Amino acid sequence: MKKTLITAAVAAMVATGPALADLTIVDTSYRTGPYAANGIPFSDGYQDYFTLLNERDGGIGGEKINIVECETGYNTEKGVECYEATKGEGALVYQPLSTGITYQLIPKATADGIPLHTMGYGRTSAKNGAVFKYVFNYPANYWDGASLAVSHILEQNGGDISGKKIALVYHNSAYGKEPIRTLEELSKKHGFELSLLPVDHPGQEQKSQWLQIRREKPDNVLMWGWGVMNQVAIQEAVNIRFPMENFIGIWWSGSENDVKAAGDKANGYKALTFHNLGSDYPVYADIQQYVVDAGKAAGAGDQVGTVLYNRGMYAAMLASEAIKTAQEIHGVSDITSQQMRDGMEALEMTEAKMEAIGLPNFGPEFKVSCENHGGNGFGAVSQWDAAAGEFKLITEYYQSDQDVIQPLVEEDSAAFASENGIEPGC
Amino acid sequence: MPEQLVFAMEVFLNGLMAGVLYALVALGFVLIYKASGIFNYAQGVMALFAALTLVGIMEGQVPFAHLINAMLGTEIHHFGWHVPGVLAILFTMAVMVGLAWIVNTLIFRHLVNQEPIILFMATIGLAYFLEGFGDIMWGADIKKLDVGLPQGINLWIDETTFNIFDYGFFIDNLDIVATVVAALLVCALVIFAQYTKQGRAMRAVADDHQAALSVGISLNFIWVMVWSVAGFVALVAGIMWGTKSGVQFSLSLIALKALPVLMLGGFTSIPGAIVGGLIIGVGEKLFEFGFGPMLGGATENWFAYVLALIFLVFRPQGLFGEKIIERV
Repeated sequence: MKKTLITAAVAAMVATGPALADLTIVDTSYRTGPYAANGIPFSDGYQDYFTLLNERDGGIGGEKINIVECETGYNTEKGVECYEATKGEGALVYQPLSTGITYQLIPKATADGIPLHTMGYGRTSAKNGAVFKYVFNYPANYWDGASLAVSHILEQNGGDISGKKIALVYHNSAYGKEPIRTLEELSKKHGFELSLLPVDHPGQEQKSQWLQIRREKPDNVLMWGWGVMNQVAIQEAVNIRFPMENFIGIWWSGSENDVKAAGDKANGYKALTFHNLGSDYPVYADIQQYVVDAGKAAGAGDQVGTVLYNRGMYAAMLASEAIKTAQEIHGVSDITSQQMRDGMEALEMTEAKMEAIGLPNFGPEFKVSCENHGGNGFGAVSQWDAAAGEFKLITEYYQSDQDVIQPLVEEDSAAFASENGIEPGC
Repeated sequence: MPEQLVFAMEVFLNGLMAGVLYALVALGFVLIYKASGIFNYAQGVMALFAALTLVGIMEGQVPFAHLINAMLGTEIHHFGWHVPGVLAILFTMAVMVGLAWIVNTLIFRHLVNQEPIILFMATIGLAYFLEGFGDIMWGADIKKLDVGLPQGINLWIDETTFNIFDYGFFIDNLDIVATVVAALLVCALVIFAQYTKQGRAMRAVADDHQAALSVGISLNFIWVMVWSVAGFVALVAGIMWGTKSGVQFSLSLIALKALPVLMLGGFTSIPGAIVGGLIIGVGEKLFEFGFGPMLGGATENWFAYVLALIFLVFRPQGLFGEKIIERV
């Protein structure tokens, strides 16, 4: 009798439990806390794309995708807890979505053989795959961002910015300090004067920095901000009547959330991006049909087409393409995290591939290799159109100054390899 | 006049204005501490909750819309109306009074005569609950708050100072409004505490709960009243800060700006909160102006605490705090 009951209980548990899936993707999201407004659209986009593949295509290569969401609150300790709690579930790749969490996970993930994709954030020199075997930061990194911004200013000034003043307003953290080294090198190369204006977390009070900008009258201001720092900086720039077209933010300072508080006066503000904007792509019709209308969206379905939703969706698309590549390389559909790493390292994004997916011209073309985990450093400039209520691309994708960036990548990654006893090699 | 001195004068004035904004947050702490001996960790979250509620009411947002839609399969988000700012502020005040009653009834009336650390921990719990509750009620997206307050450079000051110094000072119109509002608020609070029956009862409760009870003062009424007034102060702070940055969850972090002000001005003095705010505002801005470039910048956060610590060494009770001498 007892045996029968146990058997029945186990059978019931199996029958009512979640369907076992073979491709596990962990979404380390932050839907709560001070940065939730940015975390929600990214996570919605990330999950909705995988849900679309499950619902429309039956998964990838016949394998369903199992999405595991873990809330980090954009807190480094919680992010590491999420990693430890979920890595045993067969996670193929982590998108930590925080430079702080990334730095903590680099040694752990490397030891566990699970790849990290730190898309447009994290440790820049991880681009050198000969040292950072399990870390990928394609299609662009912060040093690319710094160079892309300066290139845009160069282009706006007929190729000569010697004697110009450029100020960097940055979050006073590892993230905010990332572009300084590159900007210093670019300052030497192009002869502009660089001034540095750190803003302490969280950045609600920036009067000192903007009074200084008003006094020193830089020709251009660059911003490496996040969360409330972005909104306050843009409002302060409006207050001192700084020309918005000369104010350029990194891609984490360029979402609708950042310009909302300043309203129409933020019109003309620019931000870098490494993917396209809006929802005028065939894949969005599928997301609407198979995910949102079917009631399977990760969120309320109200973020589709926003800058950060697109970024999350783009990250998921790159992950799914890497899974397909890994399946082709190894001839199996049920891949492991080690095989996923191989897929990421062999990933090639072409325009033909993006068009076939339903995302024509959505991102730059790039090819990953063992030596290059960071792509080709292509990005574009977007500009806020307050009347239309959206960011619009105002340039084509163009490449960062690899002559300046590549030696810095080599130098920093070599130092990391030396400190950690890593023998670089492909 | 030397250029640097002119710049320093501009920084000084902006420091005063920033100090007023810090003081607005500190006032809420002082009110509750003064009346109940509770250091209200939730004051920053109350400012956030008040601002969220204000925007929600103004925009006609359906509270708990995501929850309702998820449970009932509906698609409702807005009532379809917009409420004028003044009316929305009144409705929000009613919500804050209701919150004060609930907080007192469910939490603090059960903790009368408990150790201060117990009361403090209760407010930590309240802070996290209220943050999550606000998220579920109004959503986590960033909301633009526009109750008609002016923002941007004050042109009259710009022109006047330009004519005198050949350099126009930047003063934000919003900061000027905040200064006027804070001055009125402090006058009202001081008059209330000194000259009204309820204000005197509040001070009596602050001095000794048991003695106040023995003379017939209703502890519950006083605490609800004080939490309501603190809710109103939180609403004012939420409006000022929310107008600058939009209403978002990092608004709760403005409490960090109030701590050095409280250390300096004392936890029990309303004028102390204002004077403390002004000293911190001016001190941190002038230090950043004078020494920031040499020290790599971003000195304001830590220098505010250094300044407060210096004052603490000489006056542990703060500039205007009550000196407590316990005899054994």
